[in-house]
Amino acid sequence: MTRLVLGPFNRVEGDLEVALDVADGQVRSAEVSASLYRGFESMLIGRDPMDALVIVPRICGICSVSQSAAAASALADAAGLVMPANGRLARNMIQACENVVDHLTHFYCFFTPDFARDSYAGLSWHAAMATRFRAQRGTALADYLPARADFLRVMGYLAGKWPHTLALQPGGTTRAITATEKVRLFGVLREFRAFLEARLFADTLENFAALDSLPALVNWADAAATRESDFARFVQVAMALGLEQVGRATDHFVSVGAYADIARPFFPAGCWQGGVVSAFDPAAVMEDASHAWLVGNTPLPPAQGETRPQPDGKDAAYSWCKAPRYAGQVVETGALARQMLSAHPLALDLVTRHGASVLGRIAGRMLEVARVLPQMEAWLKEIMPGDPFCVPWQALEEGQGVGLVEAARGALGHWLRIERGKIASYQIIAPTTWNFSPRDAGGQPGALEQALVGLPVAEGEKAPVLVQHVVRSFDPCMVCTVH
Amino acid sequence: MKLLWLQASGCGGCTQSLLGDGARQGVLQRLAAAGVELISHPALSEASGAEALEELRAAAAGSLPFDILCVEGAMLRGPNGSGRFHMLSGSGEPMIEWVRRLAARAQVVVAVGTCTAFGGINASGDNLTEACGLQFDGAEPGGLLGADFRALGGLPVVNVTGCPIHADWIVDTLMAIAAGAFAESDLDDLQRPAFYSEQLVHHGCPKNEFYEFKASAMKPSDLGCLMENLGCKGTQAHADCNTRPWHGVGSCIRGGFSCIACTEPGFEEPGHPFMETPKVAGIPTGLPLDMPKAWFVALAALSKSATPKRVRESATRDHPVALPKAAKKRGRQ
Repeated sequence: MTRLVLGPFNRVEGDLEVALDVADGQVRSAEVSASLYRGFESMLIGRDPMDALVIVPRICGICSVSQSAAAASALADAAGLVMPANGRLARNMIQACENVVDHLTHFYCFFTPDFARDSYAGLSWHAAMATRFRAQRGTALADYLPARADFLRVMGYLAGKWPHTLALQPGGTTRAITATEKVRLFGVLREFRAFLEARLFADTLENFAALDSLPALVNWADAAATRESDFARFVQVAMALGLEQVGRATDHFVSVGAYADIARPFFPAGCWQGGVVSAFDPAAVMEDASHAWLVGNTPLPPAQGETRPQPDGKDAAYSWCKAPRYAGQVVETGALARQMLSAHPLALDLVTRHGASVLGRIAGRMLEVARVLPQMEAWLKEIMPGDPFCVPWQALEEGQGVGLVEAARGALGHWLRIERGKIASYQIIAPTTWNFSPRDAGGQPGALEQALVGLPVAEGEKAPVLVQHVVRSFDPCMVCTVH
Repeated sequence: MKLLWLQASGCGGCTQSLLGDGARQGVLQRLAAAGVELISHPALSEASGAEALEELRAAAAGSLPFDILCVEGAMLRGPNGSGRFHMLSGSGEPMIEWVRRLAARAQVVVAVGTCTAFGGINASGDNLTEACGLQFDGAEPGGLLGADFRALGGLPVVNVTGCPIHADWIVDTLMAIAAGAFAESDLDDLQRPAFYSEQLVHHGCPKNEFYEFKASAMKPSDLGCLMENLGCKGTQAHADCNTRPWHGVGSCIRGGFSCIACTEPGFEEPGHPFMETPKVAGIPTGLPLDMPKAWFVALAALSKSATPKRVRESATRDHPVALPKAAKKRGRQ
């Protein structure tokens, strides 16, 4: 048995270490470690409840709005506040902007540069991929980064800035846009749609979102009109490398529901396992620190959880990350999970054929991009300048609340308790805490740890590229993971 | 110039902000054209695992020469000075050791963001992780590298503060360094590039008319001035956020919420709830920096009594209740 330690990983958000035990050219077991502890949950204790809106976005610069939204939701839950329609719509727009930007930054900056690596030189597709996606120098970045900067004007208008806005409040949003700004925002969305339809898909968003199976996706990626698009290029390479069959974790997906609406969220909440969908039950969430450098080994519901470092004297520990479990099970969360729970036929077909895979996870993100941008246009249409955006917060002496939102990378939960007007307890479970958790008290490895087992490792390979594809397919955010 | 970028204890938000720079072909092209070559960046480098670690080892040993070291994130010295709260993954060594080693090889060291400059949000509460900045601990000189530190090129740490930074603040700093047009005299007394810290957030504030008349917001989304009730520190915070918009159109105050002075040391512990203005006898304790208090109080009372109805009534609403009156028509009818 050989032990390979991969780190610093790079092109993931934050600092990640992956240790692999390799024998007979295969990964036998994996340990995923988050190597940074900052103690955000402790920082919040004793503060004014509304201070959470300043502190929690700063957990993560790439999911800051999601952290903000979860805190605002937990506070609103505690206070029984309901946002006016404009506040809800503006908040959906702000969250959607972050999620879409995150999916594409992952695709263009973090994920596709691996296919430009010299280790793939000589394969028929390599030269074109290297030109387009080479880290820092690929031609795609000169298209994507300016489009991204322009699209972030959505944040400029609705949230002041990104990351680390305070625009998301328990009772709505702070910026009531004018009728002219609404017109300008339509322009911003149209320009970003034009980028997506020219470069990412070479097709309309609606056509792409209508793909309903793996064969349909492959045909689309090979078709003359679309095959030069950035996503089609990746699909061709993924099929050539068999990435539609690599990277399966537990195939048990959880979503807490994304983008609030009056009746139900735009992407529904729920659990998917073996074709059976069940309602998401917050009471089934437990978290333990058995393999973390933190005090405690017993699984606890987050509302009773604690986070205190114990750097020494814990032999089983190998991460600062706790192990959250859903009804005792290891689950996967993220864009693919959301698309599974919204019963998108392409997502369902990909998972039914080969389980969650590198291709499936990336396709899940692209489906979201194609489905969410038109929805942003719809939300914007519904915003009525002149109507209220925010109802005021009323200070609370006692209370508790839960905020559950979907960040780009999956389910994010904040559990808050207020006593004597101050925060008495604050616990956070982030998407990558689910996906990249260490082993739990029962010894079950986390989702990525399971997904890596069985991957081939060639003799002398120090950073197996297939392992990198699988790790990055989850789009981990390590700074959220431990917080 | 070769640039090596490290991420310490931070959120990565300054990199995200950097990527939002509005250059026509993207920020990477803008930097490359200015002669800044990014040889290593955790969010952007192709190298992963062993290859990435070898690069850093070579840079620390001097066999991979570089000019500029950018560090993003606070220095975690805990627990008990060991630095174990952040071990650079794969290396088995604390990040603070890597920073010490690499800083000693750099011609210029740049702290990217308030965390890196002063400790920032990491240092809030009990500062359990013993977080500090590269050359400051809060407002106190010192930090990880010590008050006497000078990079090989002669400058102390350049503190590009902000939580996060505005893309221009770091891009303009790097372009000036690459052009050989950046000297110690370009820094303020907290070692921030003065080009952005010589302004106050108050300058260019879109709520200025409300400020002038002390027509104040009472709740989030109100149009009025955020200083009297909602904790805004725009008159005290050094930055040009309202003359250099974010994403071309925004800023905190343009977004309808208070400036929390995120470019300043200690912003994370204001001593009061962030979104409430501390007052003594109804008068805010944090007044504009260079204005005598008595004058401020007298002017505030006077301007309040002169507030036009339009301004007073709009201040507590999220859209104006009346338009400014049209000027009287002049000349021929």
